[in-house]
Amino acid sequence: MASTVIPANRAPAPTPKLNYLNNGHTLKSWLLTTDHKRIAVLYLISVTAFFFLGGFFAMLIRLELLTPQGDLMQADTYNKVFTMHGIIMVFFFLIPVVPAVLGNFLVPLMIGAKDLAFPRINLLSWYLYIIGGILISHVMLTGGVDTGWTFYTPFSTEYTNTKIVEAGLAVFIAGFSSIFTGLNFIVTIHRMRAPGLTWDRLPLFIWSNYATSLVMVLGTPVVAITIVLVAVERLFHLGIFDPRLGGDPLLFQHLFWFYSHPAVYIMILPSMGVVSELIACFARKRVFGYKFVALSSVAIAVFGFLVWAHHMFVAGISLYAAMIFSFLSFSVGVPSAVKVFNWTATLYKGSISYATPMLYAFGFIGLFTMGGLTGLMLATIGIDVHVTDTYFVVAHFHYVMVGGVLMGYLGGMHFWWPKITGRMYPEAWAKLSALLVFVGFNLTFFPQFILGYVGMPRRYWQYPPEFQALNVLSTAGASILAAGYLLPMIYFVWSLRYGKIAGANPWHAAGLEWKTTSPPPTFNFDETPVVTWEAYNYDEIPPWERRAPVAR
Amino acid sequence: MANQVDALYIYLLVVAGFMTALIFLTILVLAIKYRRVHGREAQQIEGSLILEITWSVIPFFVMLTFFIWGAVIYFRERTPPADATEVYVVAKQWMWKIEHAEGQSEINELHVPIGQNTKLIMTSQDVIHSFFVPAFRIKQDVLPGRYTTAWFKATKPGHYHLFCAEYCGTMHSGMGGDIVVMEPQEYAQWMAGTAVAPLRETGKQLFSALGCATCHRFDVQGRGPNLVGVYNKPVLLEDGRTVIADENYVRESILNPTAKIVNGFKPVMPTFQGLVSEEQLNALVAYVKSLAQPPPGTAGLQSQPATFPAQTEKMQVQ
Repeated sequence: MASTVIPANRAPAPTPKLNYLNNGHTLKSWLLTTDHKRIAVLYLISVTAFFFLGGFFAMLIRLELLTPQGDLMQADTYNKVFTMHGIIMVFFFLIPVVPAVLGNFLVPLMIGAKDLAFPRINLLSWYLYIIGGILISHVMLTGGVDTGWTFYTPFSTEYTNTKIVEAGLAVFIAGFSSIFTGLNFIVTIHRMRAPGLTWDRLPLFIWSNYATSLVMVLGTPVVAITIVLVAVERLFHLGIFDPRLGGDPLLFQHLFWFYSHPAVYIMILPSMGVVSELIACFARKRVFGYKFVALSSVAIAVFGFLVWAHHMFVAGISLYAAMIFSFLSFSVGVPSAVKVFNWTATLYKGSISYATPMLYAFGFIGLFTMGGLTGLMLATIGIDVHVTDTYFVVAHFHYVMVGGVLMGYLGGMHFWWPKITGRMYPEAWAKLSALLVFVGFNLTFFPQFILGYVGMPRRYWQYPPEFQALNVLSTAGASILAAGYLLPMIYFVWSLRYGKIAGANPWHAAGLEWKTTSPPPTFNFDETPVVTWEAYNYDEIPPWERRAPVAR
Repeated sequence: MANQVDALYIYLLVVAGFMTALIFLTILVLAIKYRRVHGREAQQIEGSLILEITWSVIPFFVMLTFFIWGAVIYFRERTPPADATEVYVVAKQWMWKIEHAEGQSEINELHVPIGQNTKLIMTSQDVIHSFFVPAFRIKQDVLPGRYTTAWFKATKPGHYHLFCAEYCGTMHSGMGGDIVVMEPQEYAQWMAGTAVAPLRETGKQLFSALGCATCHRFDVQGRGPNLVGVYNKPVLLEDGRTVIADENYVRESILNPTAKIVNGFKPVMPTFQGLVSEEQLNALVAYVKSLAQPPPGTAGLQSQPATFPAQTEKMQVQ
């Protein structure tokens, strides 16, 4: 039969291997997918969109602060801009970014499962996130909110005339997305580990996502209730927070920070897990003190619930309450320090290479260390009185959340990009962007520590002229930082078509996710793996694979 | 106070700087020494319990020094000296109204002499604000519905920034002013420049104008407790609790009289919520505080036992 004859001058096309990316090309096959990897990609696209939206607001803030006068925009506009920056970055980027993108993609792969325990709930999580995101965009386009992301009462309930209830609803809905993700991870990690994959063999990324999930499930309902209370007071004038109606404004702060402080750990813990993976792989070593690093995640999650009032040392809480919360805040510093020391010790007698993910891991340790140490300064109540609500605090939490979370996330994205897409990113460009991010970040936020100590309050639209020089430095740094963030956007997209084919395990890394093809098939593994080895068994990887190739 | 805060800050900077340098240098040295070289492989090391304990316990004790030193300073920051001169502060969107005990009031400015301990008794008329003077290293949120306090002692004449540090709406960044620190003689001249009634006198007039004096009598037992000598003393309540009659208690008793009924009295007092302004409240509180020492010509001390008969009995029962 003529039709089956293959022309002699053309090699037979290799059978296209079915993977999760090419298993269905219709929009419907993406929007109704229950594949955790596809949902991770959906999240990747949506959190990236929100990151650039939040970043756009950040640039507006930095431009306004270039001069002491409020000249670029009106005071009300500025207040709405920093509020949107905060709400979008916290609730629509930092909280979901690592668990919902990398966690979603990797948790089942790393434990040898076919999917998460509740694939449909996983899809629902993404839809809730999107509904929340559409709502907050609607708020943004139809007037905005001007309370700051903290929604402090009674300003938010009785005084502002902006769209509090709608913005609250957006955060409320996005909160459920995070509760469902947490629930899914907890059940999956408990019930669906591959045979032989005991708790003490789990990758540290799993441990940190497990701890994160606990905080998501236990903490998020509290902020949801708080938002409802704010809405009730605002709509029906029931006295809950406004003292004129018989309420207590401090009650709001207690409830809000009871969630929002642990939320900081929702953001940072998964990134810490990423860093553990990166350091092990690029030092070719088992993580030093594996058990301590694993349990420190759980300790951070637990202690994290006991320190909320350190946001309120000047808010009017009692002298002794402040002292107790100061002490407890220091105690959460110990497990964080333990992690940093163990990562450092992992390098000892390693065989270290410096591909981009490792550069980000180093960047994470550096910036997180500075963020953590300035956190200790803020826990020192005598100092906190002076620097709280100033740019010192702004600098501190950006070191932790942007320096920490984002460095971990970008490190992880570069590390697992070959697994997610099957292609390598361009190494030279990636190194350049890592450098830009590191330099730009420090130039943006280090001057803000000084600004805060000399007394510039946060959320200021105009400021005394003596603060200008440091603000100019900060704005200059922000433009470098922006370039550092735009570059990966460009070369990641470029690599989808032109990147080198990665192969199953380009880093010769340990871990189950590398034992399947890149990109993985829809159900991850052709047959369920049986684990007979400890985590990070870099000494057992065959000698010809031990030298991780440096990507070019 | 600023020196003490700075001393602690420098200590923290030194420790943090040392820790940062230690970690950075260790990473740098290890990263270079153990860089990937052909033919050399990583050596696996499990971990070390001794090291884990060391680097948990030592930082803990270092942090303990932060905690203790910080708590000591905080305690001083939160405890105004007994001899402090009192100044009332009313915050509102978006201005600071300052009232001196002698009756002078100013807006967005506070004049004080050097060397004087100044205690700020602050409340807000609307949302939460925060009284922040970076030069004095003090900051205290100012809440609606209650008093919060802060204190400072200025040592150098000059103008110092006053900021609002808690976001409060549109003109948050415009809600600032100056602390004007003057030489004592200069200050005395400034004070003498305006002849006004002291706050407690304004309060006294309000006290009779609002009809408080009909029940809170000084001579005979009235329907309300005699207020002489009450301020800053423990008061036994109907429900058996004892509270200190501080500024917040006096304030609450005016706005929400049934919240804490003094033992032996009936909840008959009407609320003054919405009937008196924050400034009038401050004057009333200043007046009640001035009654801590019985004014001449009143029978304050004599009526005291008669005012609280049940109190002594109940205490004995307990």
